[in-house]
Amino acid sequence: MTRSRRLSSSRSIGRLWIVTVCLLCLSGATALTLYGLSNSLVFFMAPSQLLNHPPPPDRTIRLGGMVVAGSVHKNLSSAQPEIRFDVTDGQAAITVHYYGIVPDLFREGQSIVAIGHPQTDGVFLADDVLAKHDETYMPKDVADALQRSGKWDPRFGPPPNAASWNAMTATPKETHP
Amino acid sequence: MSLWFHRLANPGVFLRFTRPCLPIIGGLGAVILLVGLVWGLFFSPADWQQGETVRIMYLHVPMAWLASACYVGLALCGACSLIWRHPLADLAALEMGPIGACAALLCLISGSFWGKPTWGTWWVWDARLTSMLVLFFLYCGHIAVIRAFDRPARGQKAAALLALAGVIDLPIITFSVQWWNTLHQPNTLSLSDAPAMSLSMLWPLLLCAIGYSLGAIALIGTRICTAILERRLASLPHRQGQP
Repeated sequence: MTRSRRLSSSRSIGRLWIVTVCLLCLSGATALTLYGLSNSLVFFMAPSQLLNHPPPPDRTIRLGGMVVAGSVHKNLSSAQPEIRFDVTDGQAAITVHYYGIVPDLFREGQSIVAIGHPQTDGVFLADDVLAKHDETYMPKDVADALQRSGKWDPRFGPPPNAASWNAMTATPKETHP
Repeated sequence: MSLWFHRLANPGVFLRFTRPCLPIIGGLGAVILLVGLVWGLFFSPADWQQGETVRIMYLHVPMAWLASACYVGLALCGACSLIWRHPLADLAALEMGPIGACAALLCLISGSFWGKPTWGTWWVWDARLTSMLVLFFLYCGHIAVIRAFDRPARGQKAAALLALAGVIDLPIITFSVQWWNTLHQPNTLSLSDAPAMSLSMLWPLLLCAIGYSLGAIALIGTRICTAILERRLASLPHRQGQP
């Protein structure tokens, strides 16, 4: 009885080793594969990447970046709505031209992804424009208060750290010296 | 550790310990979920740029968390089944798979409904969305494989291997938004940083996550107990000719 029990326990330890080694090998292989593929796993290219490594023509490109404040020009008078804006990653900017309706979240300072083709004149002609939103979730009155107090302008970047304004909402009647 | 581990392997002991806990866990989960949902859907503030759409979060995030957690459970069951031949592990894996698959599917569908008004598209092939779809397919494969053989032990072994190999997908899902640029936004909640979310949204979200999780635990426990009882019933000697 005890002997068979000891035998089964040593067997299960052997199986534990086999499973552990297999899992380690598998995760190593996956990590190497993902590392090797990491360039093609990105969803979009930044403007500076696009300018430094121009892709072959006719290839559909996803261009991602922030809409430059003050660069948005809309033309709603024609039959098809038309919009022009600059997209930047902080190092370079590319003008995007799009015929169609942009998502509700599109605004100056918003991160967007434009899907389309770079033209020969340097303008990016988009077939589709998607809005990205950041990981911050903020009630409207907090956003308004932050903008009124001049602590944040949504046209120029992401909102401040949540810890700062969560304290603000927790004690609304805080007196500022 | 091994003592209670092997004692619980006895289905009778498992039934005796688990069945009284199930109504408590389920009831507690229902109450917490109700509070969380009412708070989240009616009383928490709308997001400053997404508006009311942000309330999809109270279904989407708990389902994503549940799908991942269920898969961890599936993999642990697979390891227990392969290494220690724990008889209840296979039964638990059999009953856990469909619950996790439902969570993954709900996460994908609610995410799609969320993506259309915010991003402007139902679906994109970015790293986060694709790895979550892979998790759903892993669940589907597990559900199919564990029932695919005439001898259940064979299917259980194959399913345990699949569950263990599929664990690789979980860190990919979690870190996809940090490793690669994606359309999906980075993680709002993390272990190292303060949450990038208003506390008035975080509390109902946490309540919903706890409520759904307790509900899932109660559901899985009930399914396991039922399966044990079904097996006992099937192993009873047949008495034919009696009403």
